[in-house]
Amino acid sequence: MEQTSSTTTPVSPADKSADEKFIQVKDYSFFYSGAQALFDLNMDIPKSQITALIGPSGCGKSTLLRNFNRMNDLIEGVSHEGDIIVNGQSLYDPLLEVIALRKRIGMVFQKSNPFPKSIYENIVYALRVSGQNNKQVLDEVVETSLKAAALWDEVKDRLNTSALGLSGGQMQRLCIARAIANRPEILLMDEPCSALDPIATAKIEELMLQLKDDFTIVIVTHSMQQASRVSDLTAFFYLGKLIEFGETKELFTNPKVKRTEDYISGRFG
Amino acid sequence: MSNEQNIKVELKPKKRDDRGLTSRPKGEPFVWFTGMGLTIGLVMVLALLGLILWQGVSVFWPEQVSKITLKEGAASSIRGQQFLGGEIKRVQEKKLAVAPGEERPVEWQLFTGNKDAYGFSYKYIDADEIVETSQPEDVIMIERMEHGNAVGHAVSLEKPDGTLIFYGTEEFDNTLHSVYKDALAKRKEILKIEKGEIGDDSAELQELEVKERGLKRRGKWTDEKAAQFEKRRAELADRFQELNTKRLALKEEADKGHLNITLFTGEERQIPFSEFVYYYHPNQLGFMGRAKVFTREIWAFLSTEPREANMEGGVFPAIFGTFAMTILLSAFVTPFGVIAAIYLREYAKQGLFVRSVRIAVNNLAGVPSIVFGVFGLGFFVYVMGGSIDDLFFKDNLPTPTFKTGGILWASLTLALMTVPVVIVATEEALAAVPRGMREASLAAGASKWQTIQRIVLPGSSSGILTGLILAMARGAGEVAPLMLVGVVKLAPTLPIDMDSPFIHLDRKFMHLGFHIFDLGFQSPDSDAAVPMVFATTLLLIIIVVLLNLTAIFIRERLRRKFAGSSF
Repeated sequence: MEQTSSTTTPVSPADKSADEKFIQVKDYSFFYSGAQALFDLNMDIPKSQITALIGPSGCGKSTLLRNFNRMNDLIEGVSHEGDIIVNGQSLYDPLLEVIALRKRIGMVFQKSNPFPKSIYENIVYALRVSGQNNKQVLDEVVETSLKAAALWDEVKDRLNTSALGLSGGQMQRLCIARAIANRPEILLMDEPCSALDPIATAKIEELMLQLKDDFTIVIVTHSMQQASRVSDLTAFFYLGKLIEFGETKELFTNPKVKRTEDYISGRFG
Repeated sequence: MSNEQNIKVELKPKKRDDRGLTSRPKGEPFVWFTGMGLTIGLVMVLALLGLILWQGVSVFWPEQVSKITLKEGAASSIRGQQFLGGEIKRVQEKKLAVAPGEERPVEWQLFTGNKDAYGFSYKYIDADEIVETSQPEDVIMIERMEHGNAVGHAVSLEKPDGTLIFYGTEEFDNTLHSVYKDALAKRKEILKIEKGEIGDDSAELQELEVKERGLKRRGKWTDEKAAQFEKRRAELADRFQELNTKRLALKEEADKGHLNITLFTGEERQIPFSEFVYYYHPNQLGFMGRAKVFTREIWAFLSTEPREANMEGGVFPAIFGTFAMTILLSAFVTPFGVIAAIYLREYAKQGLFVRSVRIAVNNLAGVPSIVFGVFGLGFFVYVMGGSIDDLFFKDNLPTPTFKTGGILWASLTLALMTVPVVIVATEEALAAVPRGMREASLAAGASKWQTIQRIVLPGSSSGILTGLILAMARGAGEVAPLMLVGVVKLAPTLPIDMDSPFIHLDRKFMHLGFHIFDLGFQSPDSDAAVPMVFATTLLLIIIVVLLNLTAIFIRERLRRKFAGSSF
């Protein structure tokens, strides 16, 4: 965990603005077969911080998250306006290879989805598909990733058993380990704890706090407690619009918009 | 407590009451109705299997042989003889119209054997005409190379050197056994010369013919070549003479020695040892002895080639042909179907066109199989086979190599027939792979093909195998199209053997399904064919079940490997 994220263009600490605008969303609108899901979003997500996206169901927070690694391309009939720029690189650059992009952006899903392979093979999957087959490298990655995901001690003796034999919380941590195995710059988490019990949730939250030094984390969550516990910044969405975006502490204690206040105080949503 | 009692009281009247507590739920009779449907189906399937199993297995069980004494001047006699005998196969009422109240006369079906003496081997006799039956100890049943079994009283045997030994001594039994073994060994030797060395030579002669034609066609036929070929031909002819002399000598020697028996009807017959396939004393056997004969008969049925227009002997070539064809069919249909399904499900843009392709594929499964046979004959045999012959086997013409039915074309035809099953099953299996798993793979930076190859295909392998099982079950039992594209009544060689290039895809083959049809409907002696039909049917069912079980076993293993996922 000593090494920092493998950015291609190292950013000096002095260059604050670049770090502040690690992910830039610019006048971004998104449509599913003509139905608009996101309306003219503008936000800058800083590097090495945890940014939480909250809002009621159907507010577009997951849609936005899934656009950061262009997972929505899989759905037919989607279109967009505006742009998303990650570390100075437009996601919609026609020359951009989506596969290369996804290697730089890891993703953890709502339902843990380990492959029906061994724990070991799950972790090294991303490396294998990029052609890395060196046993030594893979072994090392498995160990560092599992340690980073706080799973190493629990599974180190059964790396070659099926990942499907793990408990729900372990599976989700395995999915996190798998997502960070490739050393991505950004880690996207789509409600990673919604199917887990409080203890497993606490473990994953702790893990996120440890990981944020190395990865820029964007998390979608339904739990406002979770957002307030782990995130540095919080964005509140409603009906596809960004209502409020700011420091988590500020947003939860002193929301500027009435709707945000209503939502976080549980008056609707 | 009081409440409970109240309810009990309410429930007491069994008839419908106003509160509806005791009335039957609506539609309950339909539960019985559906249950009945299932029961009827099950009973029919089990009855069919039971019948086939019983009839198929009992064929091989050696029965006692009875000697029957008939009344004076009985109509059922053979050539007016008072005695006759054989295995009693069936006792049944005659299928005659009788006056009401009158009993139908009973008849016995007798397996008399000795087809060469009588001209038949099954006979019906009137039960009314039977005076008595007995099971003489000295009866011997001999399975022969020709004319079916011989049955009669054992009298004596003449050894190849001319010594006569009479029945009833220990020496008779021992000598019979040893001369029988000798005769088997000699037959093998003769067969080796006929099929092995003489066969090789005639194959070489044919090859020379083909080469000559090829050289002539290309205008490279020189006098020198002609002399060379002529010389080789002369050599081969000489060798043939030599081998033939050897063969005839062996034959002559083998033909020495015979067993003398007296038939129940009184005739005396000599049965040369060279004709023996197997013999036993049916009336001396205990249970174990019978079980031994039974096992031997089953093994012979499974492992030997058919004789006498498929009525006798075994069905080994048909078993082999069925297996080979089914496996070839699977080898063709799986990749073909899976690749087509992957494109349809994963790559093709879902729309009107893909939908109509899918409907067309489904409808293809409903096309009568004979139509596929006709297509196979027209396309595979004539067009593809014709082109292959023109390109690679021009020298063999006009004798066709691939432009005639063969195991390759038969498997391809059946593969085409069963490919819709595989496509449909594969598509369903692909669709059943959870979206989350694909997304996880894509999010990890895998390309679409990598995702299909590493995640989707392994995940759907058990579903694909289900499709293959269905395809195999349909293909292995199909007969109609095969009759047009390569199945024959009797194939002289197997599609896989020790002759280079070992796998002969152009060869015609035998198939159990066709064997059943051939035995049951094309054989000259229907009485003799019935037991063989049952035995062959049982065998075909067993083979289809075995092939399916293998596939199911593999599928279960795969399923266990990919099971327990938490989607």
